[in-house]
Order: sequence, then C-alpha cells, then structure tokens
Amino acid sequence: MPCILEVEREYQASKTDTAFKAELADLLEHFVGRPSPLYFAERLTEYLGGAQVWFKREDLNHTGAHKINNCVGQILLARRMGKKRIIAETGAGQHGVATATVCARFGMECIIYMGARDIERQKPNVFRMRLLGAKVIPVTSGAQTLKDAMNEALRDWVTNVADTYYLIGTVAGPHPFPVMVRDFQRVIGDELKIQMQERLGRLPDSLIASVGGGSNAIGLFYPFLNDDVKIWGVEAAGHGLDKQHAASLSKGSPGVLHGCRTYLLQTVDGQIDEAHSISAGLDYPGIGPEHAWLKDTGRVEYVGITDDEALSAFQATCKLEGIIPALECAHALAQVIKLAPALPRQHVMVMNLSGRGDKDIFTVAGALGFDL
Amino acid sequence: MSRIDSAFARCKEANRAAFIPFLMGGDPSLDMSLALLNALPNAGADIIEIGIPFSDPMADGPVIQEAGLRALAAGTTLEKVLAMVAQFRTAHATPIVLMGYLNPVYVYGYDKFAKDAAQAGVDGIILVDAPPEEAAEIEPVLSANGIAFVRLIAPTSVADRLPLLAKGAQGYLYYISITGITGAGSATPQMIETNLAEIRKVTTLPVCVGFGIKTPADVASFAGLADGVVVGSTIVKKIADTDGDVAQVSALVRSLAGGCQRT
Repeated sequence: MPCILEVEREYQASKTDTAFKAELADLLEHFVGRPSPLYFAERLTEYLGGAQVWFKREDLNHTGAHKINNCVGQILLARRMGKKRIIAETGAGQHGVATATVCARFGMECIIYMGARDIERQKPNVFRMRLLGAKVIPVTSGAQTLKDAMNEALRDWVTNVADTYYLIGTVAGPHPFPVMVRDFQRVIGDELKIQMQERLGRLPDSLIASVGGGSNAIGLFYPFLNDDVKIWGVEAAGHGLDKQHAASLSKGSPGVLHGCRTYLLQTVDGQIDEAHSISAGLDYPGIGPEHAWLKDTGRVEYVGITDDEALSAFQATCKLEGIIPALECAHALAQVIKLAPALPRQHVMVMNLSGRGDKDIFTVAGALGFDL
Repeated sequence: MSRIDSAFARCKEANRAAFIPFLMGGDPSLDMSLALLNALPNAGADIIEIGIPFSDPMADGPVIQEAGLRALAAGTTLEKVLAMVAQFRTAHATPIVLMGYLNPVYVYGYDKFAKDAAQAGVDGIILVDAPPEEAAEIEPVLSANGIAFVRLIAPTSVADRLPLLAKGAQGYLYYISITGITGAGSATPQMIETNLAEIRKVTTLPVCVGFGIKTPADVASFAGLADGVVVGSTIVKKIADTDGDVAQVSALVRSLAGGCQRT
C-alpha cells in the first residue's frame, strides 16, 4: 500500500505542477509526434458502402502505438519521485518497447517482465527492447502471458520498492493506475474532438476501439462519455465466445485481480482462467475497472471479434488503405467492417488505429500458412 | 477467550513464542494435506496457517507459488479447504488461520464464506491483497461470525500507517520481516527490533513475524522479540521434497518449534 499511496500523492501533485505539464506537452509534441493524424479511410469507406470510416492514427506515434502516451507521463512522474529503476509488464511488447524507449530517453534502468510464451510470439519487439537498453526477463509461471508478467512485476516492486517505479501499461492494476493511465491516454479523444471540429465541424456519430486491458479505448472514449456518441468496445473472442477467448466483459464475472475489482475470466472457484487471443496485446483475463463500469451502466456496448474475423480485417486494411494495423486494432477494424455497411453515408465512425502491425507479421504469416 | 487468544496466553505462560507453521491447503493432495495438518499440533504448532491456493499469488515466491499450483492440480477449492479444516477440528483445538488472496473468497461470497468457515472451525484469515482501506465489506461479516481478520504490516508501513493498521485489528498482527515476497531473502532480528517496538506502541495484540524465516536458529533469534514466529516456505519445500512425508515434515516442524522456547 505505501508504494501506491506514494504514486497517488505524487500524481495528484503533478496535476497542478505547471512545469510538469509543460514538459509533458513538449514531449508529446516533439518526442511522440502528437497530435496524431485523423485520417479518412476513403477506400475502406467505398468498399463497405455505408458509414464514413475515419482512423485516429495512433500507429504513427513514435514506437508505433498509443502506449507511449502513458509512458512519457509516467516516466516524468517516476523522475519527479526520484526513482531510478523502472519495471514494467508487457504482453504484445508495445508497452515494453514504449517503456524501454522513455527509460533510454531519461537514462533510467529498465526491467521488462514478459511471459515466456509472448517472448516467442513477439520476437521483434523483444529485440527492440534489448536494443533500447532494457533487460527483458522471461516469466515462466502460470500461463506465461500478460497476467503472469504483471504478477512478477508486482513481486519485483514490493521487493525493491525503495528505488523502483512500476510503470503499468494499461488501465488496470491498483488505484491510482486505472485513473492515471486513462488521464495520460485521454489525449487521444481530446485531440479527436478538436480535429473533428476542424475537419467536419461536429462530433463523430460513433467510436470504436479494441479492448484488452482497455487503455487505448478509454483514451478515445473518455472525453466523449457525456456526448451523444455511440461507443463500441471490441474484445478478443479468440476461437469464439463459446470456446477459448479473452472477452472478460462479455463472458467474465466480477472478481478481484491485481488490486482492482472488475470482470474476470475465472472458474466458479475464483481461479483466474487463461485468456486466448491471436493478439498478445488482448490476451489478458481482466479488464480495466472503468470499462466494467461503462458496461454495467450501458454507456458502452462491448462486443467480441474472433481471431479469424480480425485476420481478414487485418488483410483488408493492408490492401485497401496501405496500412498494416496491429492485430489488436484489427479487432476494432473487423467491427467497423460489420457495422459500417448498414449505416448511412453521413454517419461518421472513428476507429482508434491504436498501433501498427509490423510486430505481428510473423504471427499473421503463421496463421495464413506462410513460412517467412 | 478465543482459541487464538488462548494459544498466545498458553505460550506466554510457558515463556515461549507461539510457533505458527504454514502449509498450502491441498498440497500435494487433499488427503495428504489433511494428514500433515493432523500431525502439526503434536509437532509443536501453536497456531496453524493454511494457504488457500490461488492461480495468481502475486505476493508469493516460487516455493509457495508451486505449492498452490500442485494443490489446484489436485482439485483443491476453497470449499474443500474448509472441509479439511472441519475434519481437523473433530480432533484438535489448535487455532486455524487461513491465508490467501481475496478473489476466491469474493467469488465464494463473503456471507456464505464467513458462516461456512466459522462452522468448519476457522479462527482467522489473512488476505494478502485486502488492505484495511479495501476490507470494509468483508471485515464486519467475518467478525460477526467470530473470525479474526488478521492484518499484515509491511516494513514500509511502519512509518505512517501503524495507527490505521492497528485500529480494530483482531487476533494478532502479522509483521512482514522483509520487503519482498514469501521465502525471499533472510530476515535479521536487528532489522525488525526497532519496528516491532513501534508496533507495540499502537497495539496490545500479539505481534508475530513471518516471511524469510528459515531455520531453527532464525526462529530462536525472533522468539525473544515477537509473540509468534511464522515459517512457511521452508516447510512447504520439505513437503515438496518428500512428497508430503508426515514423519519428515513433523521432524522439521518439531525442530523449528523448538526455537520458540525463550531462555
């Protein structure tokens, strides 16, 4: 508890620190490359023949995904707290790469915990982290994926709490992380609001984002929660919602994991189940607690997309738009492909293209039967 | 007087610290675990902590993680752990304190758990990931059923959280002798003497120490400072190494318990 209380104290203090805010804004602009473009997906729109499809291009951020937004915020917080050693968990490796990047930028020691199975699935990102000076520690306990990496990072943190900061990558974990990570990611939705005003002079009609832990989705959704905008969150339905999947909201039940109460994939005895998704970044048996709230209040509609649906959306986006999307957001793209044809042309649908898919080409090649 | 209070009172009278062994419920199997449990009182256990296995034990080192996985593979559930305690209770009065994580208890249901646990003869529970700030829903339900919610105190909590942790605490306070996970590092008496003195300023409850205590000599060095000494990983490792051999595990527990006698 003292470590997370300290994070909360410092985080609250940073919110009114003008120097902190100015440095964060500067980093977001010149290091991350924000604002990220709002892009009209013209050929995909034509192909689907319905709603206008727009992408918020988080894939064009430095390091290739939205994860960096949160990392620059938290690394400034860690420095403010006088911490020298940064630990993080990673699933697909995007958060690990983003963390290793900010650690290199600020000269901090960086330890990344990553499930041994994910290390196998995401070799390019593992190498990237090592190039950036991070030490990648394989986690061989449990299912050897994201939740186990998080367990191991928590074990490290309680052991080395004096000099260590745990840079959590998603809107889960103990308070204040779900709130803080949301606040660092809401720049996505805040920018979109401004860009929409400039481009179309109005709000979008609907928003769509993929949900693993839920950070890119909450970043897009949060500034629109009180607006008249339909919102879809897309979970990984893996092999199907009645088979192996990672759809904590659609198929999970309430529980407590990693310091938050939320929907979990678990047995009737409260043991956490293994999640499955073709996308390592969605392979988490829990979900940020704010998404659990948005589901319960009905504000956001959560749906599932299977591995196969995501794969075909992945290929469609490559060919129609010249964009290789991350497998995570291929799930959101598949939902766009399902919804857009039935909607009128004046309907403006914005999907968070949260990361680029270069890291996934080996997985996709394997799934499509190519040997690279 | 509760069974926990009586145990500490008896130990005090005999001029020794309470010896508190930990074993994982259902490790290596439910039957063998019950046999081990039944042997502990005669081997010198004053109070017994039984782990509730959990798939994601984030405060545990490898030894207890693996014990939990063995127990789960053997089909252990919280319900079966309670049934094991009930069987133990037909022959023994030694207090039983369950230790684990919140989720299995949350899913079981707080009311049902408190009633079933009390019925089975459980005396207390330690929930690693339920700090007092988050325990408002479960703590009153437990105490209404006579189950002590035993609180953990980390070394990092001593500076400013002691009043909060001590207020309304029940059974005993469990001081974590190292910053870290179970079975890691080694605790030294010098490190904790000052902190225990601070804790005693805010409570009249017995204060026990655990985490990182491995040998009879370790136990002896803490017995003069604390009201009780907990040993977990060393015993769990012996259970793993001997595949749950009752005689060998009892011999280890007896030698560890011997360290509790003050001179």
